[in-house]
Amino acid sequence: MRLWTVLPLLVVLLSGCGEAWNNPYPHEEAGANTLYTVFEERPKHLDPARSYSSNEAELTGQIYEPPLQYHFLKRPYTLEPLTTVAMPVVRYWDANGRELPAGSPPAAIARTSYDITIKPGMRYQPHPAFAVLPDGRPRYLGLSARDFEGIDTLKDFAHSGSRELVAEDYVYEIKRLASPRLNSPIFGLMSEYIEGLGELNRRLLKDAGSLPKEAWLDLRRYDFPGAQATGKYSFRITLKTHYPQFIYWLAMPFFAPIPWEAERFYAQPGMDERNLNLDWFPVGSGPFMLSENDPNRRMVLARNPNFHGEAYPAAGEADDAEKGLLADAGKPLPLIERAVFTLEKEDIPQWSKFLQGYYDASGISSDNFDQAVQFSPEGEADLTPDMKAKGIRLVTAVTTSNRYMGFNMKDPLLGQPGGDAARKLRQAISIAVDYEEFISIFLNGRGIAAQGPLPPGIFGYRDDFNPVVYEAPGKRRSLAQAKKLLAEAGYPNGRNARTGEPLVLYFDTAATGPDAKSRLDWLIKQFRKLDIQLVIRATDYNRFQDKMLAGNAQIYEWGWNADYPDPENFMFLLYGPNAKAGRGGENASNYGNPEFDRLFAQMKNMANGPERQAVIDRMTALLREDAPWLFGFFPKGFSLQHAWVGNLKPNLMANNTLKYRRIDAGLRQKSRAEWNRPVLWPFAAGALLLVAVVWPAWRQYRRHEERRA
Amino acid sequence: MIRYVLRRLLYAVPILIGVNLITFFLFFVVNTPDNMARIHLGVKHVTPAAIAQWKAEHGYDKPLFVNPEQSGLKAVTDTLFMDRSLKLFSFDFGKADDGRDIARDIRTRMWPSLAIALPVFVIGLMVNVTAALLVIFYRGTRLEYVGVTGFIALMSISSLFFIIAGQYVIARLWQWLPISGFGGGIDAIKFILLPVLVSVAAGLGSGARWYRTIFIEEIGKDYVRTARAKGLSELRVLFRHVLKNGMIPILTGAVVVLPLLFTGSLVTESFFGIPGLGSYTIDAIRAQDFAIVQSMVFLGSALYILGLLLTDLSYTLVDPRVKLS
Repeated sequence: MRLWTVLPLLVVLLSGCGEAWNNPYPHEEAGANTLYTVFEERPKHLDPARSYSSNEAELTGQIYEPPLQYHFLKRPYTLEPLTTVAMPVVRYWDANGRELPAGSPPAAIARTSYDITIKPGMRYQPHPAFAVLPDGRPRYLGLSARDFEGIDTLKDFAHSGSRELVAEDYVYEIKRLASPRLNSPIFGLMSEYIEGLGELNRRLLKDAGSLPKEAWLDLRRYDFPGAQATGKYSFRITLKTHYPQFIYWLAMPFFAPIPWEAERFYAQPGMDERNLNLDWFPVGSGPFMLSENDPNRRMVLARNPNFHGEAYPAAGEADDAEKGLLADAGKPLPLIERAVFTLEKEDIPQWSKFLQGYYDASGISSDNFDQAVQFSPEGEADLTPDMKAKGIRLVTAVTTSNRYMGFNMKDPLLGQPGGDAARKLRQAISIAVDYEEFISIFLNGRGIAAQGPLPPGIFGYRDDFNPVVYEAPGKRRSLAQAKKLLAEAGYPNGRNARTGEPLVLYFDTAATGPDAKSRLDWLIKQFRKLDIQLVIRATDYNRFQDKMLAGNAQIYEWGWNADYPDPENFMFLLYGPNAKAGRGGENASNYGNPEFDRLFAQMKNMANGPERQAVIDRMTALLREDAPWLFGFFPKGFSLQHAWVGNLKPNLMANNTLKYRRIDAGLRQKSRAEWNRPVLWPFAAGALLLVAVVWPAWRQYRRHEERRA
Repeated sequence: MIRYVLRRLLYAVPILIGVNLITFFLFFVVNTPDNMARIHLGVKHVTPAAIAQWKAEHGYDKPLFVNPEQSGLKAVTDTLFMDRSLKLFSFDFGKADDGRDIARDIRTRMWPSLAIALPVFVIGLMVNVTAALLVIFYRGTRLEYVGVTGFIALMSISSLFFIIAGQYVIARLWQWLPISGFGGGIDAIKFILLPVLVSVAAGLGSGARWYRTIFIEEIGKDYVRTARAKGLSELRVLFRHVLKNGMIPILTGAVVVLPLLFTGSLVTESFFGIPGLGSYTIDAIRAQDFAIVQSMVFLGSALYILGLLLTDLSYTLVDPRVKLS
């Protein structure tokens, strides 16, 4: 082998002297107070008006600051001021503009206003949009093609600046929700509540049409009653109805401030073609700023030098101090300097790098589950000895989401047109489909069987059981009872009592592939317990969506992740006016029950308390009896964390928890060095193998040449 | 030759139109603009009005091929197909559905693709040719049987296996190299080594076996007998004369893929976390981003046509008997 063929290898090996050869990070980063984690999918939008995915919120949540946030430690989830001096003052008004006292009946409330006062002195991260010339004029305005020479990213602008965050910036962002150029995913929803937002959208649509596509649409010129600055540090949001859940939206990046200078800066010709826009280069006031933006490889958040400051919470739940979660109480946030997010699409490299200490945390895929987790005889999940030996910790939490199987209530056989018989058929199926078995086989125990629509952690959840499906907690009703219900529905032994034909039902799904096949086979078997033939209609997600919108599916599977911790956010999935077919709502089962709808309207306007709980109990009872869903299960999130990661408490509502995370960089460096010593014997083995191959070949060659001679 | 090149370039136009038409047709058979809007707007709280606005903003509100609201030529030109296709011929790829500039993304991402594909191509070609010639050299001996059996075994194994095995053994078990990732400058070498090694190994079986068949044909020719009669060593005969005369079929296979090196490898890039054009295409297909899919298919076709043209031209360089007309 010639030297040049092994030269690259030697270069790498020599350059890595003294550190692990497989370290994917530059050696200068060793020992830095940095969190290393992954993102599995390239974010689509980082503009707070457009971003709605959880993978995007991991970034935007650290950069942008809406008025409120969820307390990191307190449970149940509690909102607290983030950039505001206090919680918003909520005021109610009647149709004549007279203020109503708190607790007025919702029917009397014509408008609701939220008066919000922000803290003075908060500043935006350094950004070239704020850079000014000595005479005060913007430095980077009216840029020509020549000015863009050598500009590829924001870092290429030599100057940056900042300015104070004011109430008008929050108002500006609320106006952006109506911008036809942004297509905010919550515009449709918010236009039902925020006064004048729909009208603003129509005005903007008209005016944007007369402007060049790239030209800046200065939203400051548009006044609208839904959001108005009432002072330099105060603003008011006005709703055209009573919507108590609106307060939760104020903890989402949709309502974070945007400086108008940033929009003006990015609207200049030449910016967009360099992908320099708010969608890729955020401008926030939060604890971190996006210092490196390569969505194809890695995104880096670095501490924002202008962050206004915040202290680690001093109080939490009763056992938080014991768990060490209050050790950093009062310390200034953020506790880490940087967070490096690396794009990792495949499980194998991600898992390997976690085991090598190059990622600080990891989820657990089904393939790796047995390597990481074992169950005690009592059914408790615990780590395997290998994981424990590395000091890895298992963090579990039942997510505030559900996965259910729904019946299309418009279906003549299974739905409301089928009357009492259809209801009994749905109940029989609810008993037969054994979700405990599903959780055990397909989720490695990572879930709990749902007894109603509300997951744990959401007000209204009760740790009880569904009497239609269970005889006692954990004891499912017998198949005999299910078959009795089936017979009462007119299908004894799975055959139509009138015609004798077998009962055939159809399951629509977008799940395809080998993994899905085993799950679908399992489902067919569950229905077969009742002698029902289940036909799988697998299709792609687009077709599935079309079917659901048209109301053509019969049985389907779906899920919901909570936007906010309020029962309204789950119960509305079964509210009649929210039907998916014909209305495009989120009630995919097209369930409609006047009593349920009446109770929903009552419940959504109530404050948490015994009265609200009673209403929720009645609604849950109605759903259990009507069985428009098989309630399915609530997934349980399992994550693994290395010993050097601190302040771990799952907070499923907050998306800005990075600032609380603590890293022991010294321990990490030591562990990495210990776990990644290169194995050298293969070099010797390889050399021997080479000799074993080359030597006979050489002899053969010599013999050949000598013969010729 | 110039006339030949021009004629071939003109032939490319209808081919590219055809490819573009098929891409367009196939994409919109399985997707509708409404579906695309839903994917980009997210699955929650999406209203029909939001879908309509997204389509208008991205130009997907026009009919696909014929616009019944227009008359004359405009009925055909004021359509989504024409909007999306005409600019491609000037290599103006426009914006992706998520708003990013496609040309800029291509320019950025072709270098990581090239960083993997070029060494794989060069080293792979050398290794394959050398392996094939060595097997020829030892023909009739046990070494040949071992070599050919090895080639068949290698070509029978899925490339995915090579990737997973390479990652497991070299990066995880022996801890020699990072299992995935990419870096700039000198740092790139440690990330490139493993995918290059794996790709070369994955291509060795089929490549060497193919070249072996070429050289077997050559080795029976008169000039080889003459060379041997002149007393040249066997290695000299093989590597000097047989290799040179076997260049035309080698060039056919090699030059045609040369321009396509820019577009990268779909699977390798995805597994090794290489931010190249292969993973760009895969991501676009997953995200149903028509603008990127269409651009990448168009670019791939154009580069393939260029590769074929270069192959023809290269014949004239290695074999003076070949004349282009």
